[in-house]
Amino acid sequence: MSRMDRTYRILPTYTGDVSGACSALFELGGMVVIHDPSGCNSTYNTHDETRWYDHDSLIFITGFTEREAVLGTDDKLVTDVVDAVRELHPRFVALCNSPIPFISGMDFRAIAKKIERICGIPCFYVRTNGMHDYVVGAQNAFAAFAERFVSERAVRKSTANILGVTPLDFHRAGAARELRDFCESAGFGVVGCWSMGSSLEEVSHAAEAQVNLVVSATGLTLAERLRERFGTPYVVGAPTGAFTEPLAQALREAAASNECAWPCRDLRAKEPDGSHVIIGEPVAAASEAAAAELAGAVPLRVVCPLEVKRNLAGPHDVWAAGEHEIEDACRLAHVVLADPFYQEVLAPGTRLEPRPHLAFSGRNALGPTKSE
Amino acid sequence: MLKRLGPSAVEAGAVDSPALFPAKLEFNAPVHGTWNIVHIGMLVPEAHQIYVCGVNCMRGVVLTAAEMAARDRFSCVVLKEEDITRGTVEEVTYEGIRDVLRELDARGELPPCVIVFPVCTHLFLGIPMGRVYRKLEAEFPQIDFVRAFMDPISKRRLIPDKRLRKVMYDPLEALPADESLVCLLGSEFAPDADSDLRTLLAAGGKRLTSIHDCATYAEFKQLGRAGTFVSTFPNGHYGAQKTAERLGRTHLELPLTMDYERICAEERELCEALSLPLPSFDREMAACDEALNKAHEHIGDAPIAVDAVAHPQPLGLARLLLTHGFNVEEIYLDGVNGEEADVLPWLHDNAPHLQLSSTILPDLRVAPRTRAQKTLAIGPKAAWFCGTGHFVNLVYGGGLWGFAGVRTLARLMCEAWDTEKDTRDLVPRKGLGCVSCI
Repeated sequence: MSRMDRTYRILPTYTGDVSGACSALFELGGMVVIHDPSGCNSTYNTHDETRWYDHDSLIFITGFTEREAVLGTDDKLVTDVVDAVRELHPRFVALCNSPIPFISGMDFRAIAKKIERICGIPCFYVRTNGMHDYVVGAQNAFAAFAERFVSERAVRKSTANILGVTPLDFHRAGAARELRDFCESAGFGVVGCWSMGSSLEEVSHAAEAQVNLVVSATGLTLAERLRERFGTPYVVGAPTGAFTEPLAQALREAAASNECAWPCRDLRAKEPDGSHVIIGEPVAAASEAAAAELAGAVPLRVVCPLEVKRNLAGPHDVWAAGEHEIEDACRLAHVVLADPFYQEVLAPGTRLEPRPHLAFSGRNALGPTKSE
Repeated sequence: MLKRLGPSAVEAGAVDSPALFPAKLEFNAPVHGTWNIVHIGMLVPEAHQIYVCGVNCMRGVVLTAAEMAARDRFSCVVLKEEDITRGTVEEVTYEGIRDVLRELDARGELPPCVIVFPVCTHLFLGIPMGRVYRKLEAEFPQIDFVRAFMDPISKRRLIPDKRLRKVMYDPLEALPADESLVCLLGSEFAPDADSDLRTLLAAGGKRLTSIHDCATYAEFKQLGRAGTFVSTFPNGHYGAQKTAERLGRTHLELPLTMDYERICAEERELCEALSLPLPSFDREMAACDEALNKAHEHIGDAPIAVDAVAHPQPLGLARLLLTHGFNVEEIYLDGVNGEEADVLPWLHDNAPHLQLSSTILPDLRVAPRTRAQKTLAIGPKAAWFCGTGHFVNLVYGGGLWGFAGVRTLARLMCEAWDTEKDTRDLVPRKGLGCVSCI
């Protein structure tokens, strides 16, 4: 048996689910508690959170021990969280899991209920266990938050939510602002941007939006839930190049027809020959591939190394698990658009066009800093 | 009135036990200059590290390697949820490591040493790592497999850092002893060129070596020639002692300290054990007093904050400064290093208003990080908490050892006082002193 799909000789792994959940909830005024012995918070804030130094978001670990894990001292977790809530007054509490409590089957939903009963603020569990990628964690966090904070409201015409915005996929300064500008230029006022630059109040008004724009896979579950609960249609795609105007048009059509649309997937008709490849987060990669095709460039093969596939994959897209499958998917490529770290697994002579991705290369994606 | 100043701070005069703060939720400051186990493992030249864990845990270690431009010396085997539920963790661990090594072999890059890091999951599931190693050793007999562990949940047993500082030296063998060679084990940093450790050994015709001097794995293996092993860092003592025992050599535990009496005692122990000429302690202490007094004249009564990142004995460091007239107002630490538990009573009696502050309790996330006065920090964490750019960027004592270390610190304090650093840029960087791309 080969475990090649589990091995990474030289590539890093993507951001994990716990960090994805933290990133999703970072700006919403709550408190995120990771039930982990050590390291989760440091990993997250060192490599995956560009806002940590300048913004005092309440994200903690429990620092739990082998003894607590074996004896099941849930009360200590409850007490510690309650004490912190009373001291810091967050708007809500989100609990995240990690491998050992996952193995022991700790009942986080029951613990959340208990904390909520004691503290009188919403407390919910974000399904995580440290063994999935950030898309899964952020999806679950957005969905769990919306379950508690978003309720039925009158729909306002020509308004939209932007779903799936975290620095993990949009680390570049001004990226969230540009997404808002896009919506506004397409004719939609922004109700909430989930979740950069919007307050808890703004995002909790999500049901007012006439349409939702899903700009990364992290926003997909939330879009599906809002569709189920309020009937809000969603459009999947991120504005880029020649894809910008068709995406705006898709947004307008969805608002008018109340039908969901996947233009980043469906506007790509040509079968790529594999000579040009884009690797990355599925919505971003598919959107850039759509832009290339619409501009008349060589069609890009989309290679996605992340877990969530449902409805995102076009007929010629490749979902690659492990370093070898990524190498295989790029074997015929002359040009690869990807985070610079991928250069290591490309054949000699293959040209890499950099698409730095924080969720992959961490702080390296931010470029060089000042020297000491 | 002496008092507890809140959940995360207490005055020294109100401290009656080394357990300063309760175990609560923990916050992580954006200060990352300390070394983690990846940095430490990279000290073994030509060694390749392989971690076996879920992606969330993997992220911190794999990007540590990436940030130090050492991705080619680090590989991952990813555990998935289904491995837990289907009971395939052992298989994935063995086959994943094997696959990495086969691939390295195919590329002509098979390393002489592989440091394997299973994690808490292996511990909790009772994965028989001995069996995994036996199979790997049978297939790759030319490789030294180092049995590390990344199980931070095991707080009451051998913590991962301490374990690594032991097992990384397991490949050393007892070569014919060279009694003129003294080897430092278990430290991130080699002692400075002018440190007392080097000076004293040189005066007695002996030479200090360490892993830091080794460019190749073959050179590293030659450390087994050393006639004596010494250790200076708290988490390094255990491994040094075990290694010396295994190789049948003498071990001297010589902790980094800023306390004159302790320095004298350690240097006396070193000199007696190795038949070295004793230095003039009076002259050394007088030179230190002069350096510290000059620094005090320069810095004056400005508030000073010390942290436990800068030095493993922050209480003793604070005492040294207080006894030389400095205005030490705060120490940032989360526990008391057993090596200096006896300093607490001194601070209790002589500096009762000195503030001892946690660095991890939740309220610190929102605590003000500015000071009314220009403040000097000794250590990056103190710098961050105080919001000052005037700080000594020092981790775990750096290469300071002995009286020369005291004098160097005095100089660094003056430099920090005179020249403001870019705290925002510097303190988030990982592994101070390592190669860094950030």
